Amino acid sequence: MKQKGQQSISFEKRVFLVSSGTVVGEKEGQGPLGDLFDLVCPDPVFGEDSWEKAESTMQKEAIQTALGKAGLASYQIRYLFGGDLLGQLIATSFGVEELNLPVFGLYGACSTCGEALGLGAMAVDGGYGDYVLAVTSSHFASAEKQFRFPLAYGNQRPLSATWTVTGAGAFVLGNRKSHAAITGFTPGKIVDFGVKDSMNMGACMAPAACETIYQNFMDFSRQPKDYDRIITGDLGYVGKRILVDLLKEKGFDISGNHVDCGIEIFDAETQDTHSGGSGCGCSAVTLGAKILPALEKGAWKRVLFVPTGALLSPVSFNEGQSVPGIAHGIVIEHC
Amino acid sequence: MADILKEQHNKKYNDYVKQVTPVHSLPANMAKAFVTGGAICVIGQAILNICEDMGLDRDASAGWCSILLILASVLLTGLNLYPKLAKFGGAGTLVPITGFANSVAAPAIEFHKEGFVFGVGCKIFSIAGPVILYGVFTSWVLGFGYWILKIINLV
Repeated sequence: MKQKGQQSISFEKRVFLVSSGTVVGEKEGQGPLGDLFDLVCPDPVFGEDSWEKAESTMQKEAIQTALGKAGLASYQIRYLFGGDLLGQLIATSFGVEELNLPVFGLYGACSTCGEALGLGAMAVDGGYGDYVLAVTSSHFASAEKQFRFPLAYGNQRPLSATWTVTGAGAFVLGNRKSHAAITGFTPGKIVDFGVKDSMNMGACMAPAACETIYQNFMDFSRQPKDYDRIITGDLGYVGKRILVDLLKEKGFDISGNHVDCGIEIFDAETQDTHSGGSGCGCSAVTLGAKILPALEKGAWKRVLFVPTGALLSPVSFNEGQSVPGIAHGIVIEHC
Repeated sequence: MADILKEQHNKKYNDYVKQVTPVHSLPANMAKAFVTGGAICVIGQAILNICEDMGLDRDASAGWCSILLILASVLLTGLNLYPKLAKFGGAGTLVPITGFANSVAAPAIEFHKEGFVFGVGCKIFSIAGPVILYGVFTSWVLGFGYWILKIINLV
């Protein structure tokens, strides 16, 4: 039975995470996970001449790294699922253009990594591809330019603000056995608790993460202890606290095994990142650099990976709309 | 009914979020803004005094003062030092003329890549634009009021 509970999917076949590629910028390289990334590039524009092209180049590099580790050529990939934060997904369009693959462009804000992995796993499980790619990226400067202010503009960030991760993560999913597999998927609903503060995205997204995690527990008849770690994407310190509180209200205590990629990737004390890291790249590179290796080694047997996204645009924000959140839950197991 | 419940629920959540969200210390920020803004103004006053000592009249000295502060701000913006100053000084760096210069120079640098017309041309006043528009508008309103008062011989 592939359909599980109200909105989840339990994959019949094991959808293996064959390989991953992670590329990050200098600041991420100086963070606690610095040594674990495949490539740390000290040049903020990655050899290009604009932030947008830099982000595309990161995606290209991440994909090449993942393909290289899997020993695959691009023509062996059936479909590519990818997305980013920029308007009309230009980082992805120009990043994957040269691969000459059938592409599905996705927008789930910072939850895109989960959306791409989930849809990719569905394609593999359904037999629609032996290998598919899931890719996503974010760049601090291109995100600031699009959503906030020009970089050189002087202003003060509130303590609840997060720092967009400069990074791209690519994952090859397929039938070929590896030591980590996607076994379940709980796609998330859009959850809006009416928060309008775009500088407090943890508070905007925590309710969505709570919904998805709760639904995952219900659909799979699981409890927090059935997962070695429950790993959210970029809630940061503020959102983490809210998520734990919200789930407590629903009767589940995840305080013991909850981890947030946004908190893991930077050292808030020395790197001045306030509430933590954010962006599509945040959860993607943390998955590739820290979570997958732990699963492959068997240190963790089963995790629930929940990238979180804040669905706003500068237009919706200026027009006074609230910031709804979305979160997709991916169950990954050691095998 | 459902709407009212949702509204109540959202209000409760927003109040709770307010409680758990850390904020900067206002007194500390005010003190930093005072020191930074004050320092910028002291530099301005020094330029003014030096110009007057060199024999320039008050208007010309004030002009030199503004020009030099703007130049310094634009240079610091280009060297990416102004954001660091603003991070410390907050409103202290925003309110003086240097903040205005920074808000014009920063978009010019950022959007240069999109060309001189649609990039620099269209976006250069994306932050300073409102200040210019409403500044001009406010002076027009005040001027109009002054003109009316003059007609009815009150001033």
